[in-house]
Amino acid sequence: MMTTQTALATTAMIASIVFWATAGDILTASAMRQIGDLDEIKAVRGLTGAILAVLGNVRFIIGVICLAFSFFSLLFALSHNDLSLIGPAATSLTFVSNAVAAKFFLKENVDRRRWTAAIFVCIGVALLAV
Amino acid sequence: MTLRRYLVLAVVTLTSAFGDTFLSRGMKELGPVPITHLSALIHAVLTPWIGAGIVLLIGFFASYLTALSWADLTYVLPASSFGYVIMTILARVWLHEHVSPMRWLGVLFITAGVGFVTRGPSYTEHPKEADACSQQAGCSAQGMR
Repeated sequence: MMTTQTALATTAMIASIVFWATAGDILTASAMRQIGDLDEIKAVRGLTGAILAVLGNVRFIIGVICLAFSFFSLLFALSHNDLSLIGPAATSLTFVSNAVAAKFFLKENVDRRRWTAAIFVCIGVALLAV
Repeated sequence: MTLRRYLVLAVVTLTSAFGDTFLSRGMKELGPVPITHLSALIHAVLTPWIGAGIVLLIGFFASYLTALSWADLTYVLPASSFGYVIMTILARVWLHEHVSPMRWLGVLFITAGVGFVTRGPSYTEHPKEADACSQQAGCSAQGMR
């Protein structure tokens, strides 16, 4: 049974993972959209050209820094809690925050099917933490 | 969506599940990291399980970026979430964590969610991109996604 202090600490760890993961996902997705289809770039400029196209994108680099923060938050959280609690809890919230952020920042067509999928996955991942 | 693209999504799923499980195994061996000794997290990167987990997660990231270059974030994330089903099985079988009936219900919900999203379109066409594509021969395949 968790004490209030432990529950608050766990919530803060999960919130930190979710925030940095969402910022990182949105920035990297935006960068990949800006760069274009990697298969087509690889066909024209080779693997090195595709890697350079990705690594030369500023938005991608900032996104990776955000994901690095999320990763170290995850490592820190895993040293205090089970993977079967931290993984599903952080991920279920990230699904919802990503769907909202993708609609507003990436202008993705988040239709009823995608909302249903995001909510089903969110509920499923949350149930994994029960 | 071609067979090759579904295979890329499968690689995203498997490397994510195994990578996270390896990290968990490594961090359990290392023990709790106090907030006053965060530098221990840097040292953790050099241990075998965490090192192997990071290699798998680099593979995950490469395949994830490839998927994002031809599909929406709101398609790739739910579609690749089947990794959590695999992660639950690994946590039960390999890490000997307890998996309750509610968790197995969660596995069913995730599978249903993956089924929903993979039956729909994978990419949102934006007007500006569509205009640019009409001037480039290389974009002709995008309209068929």
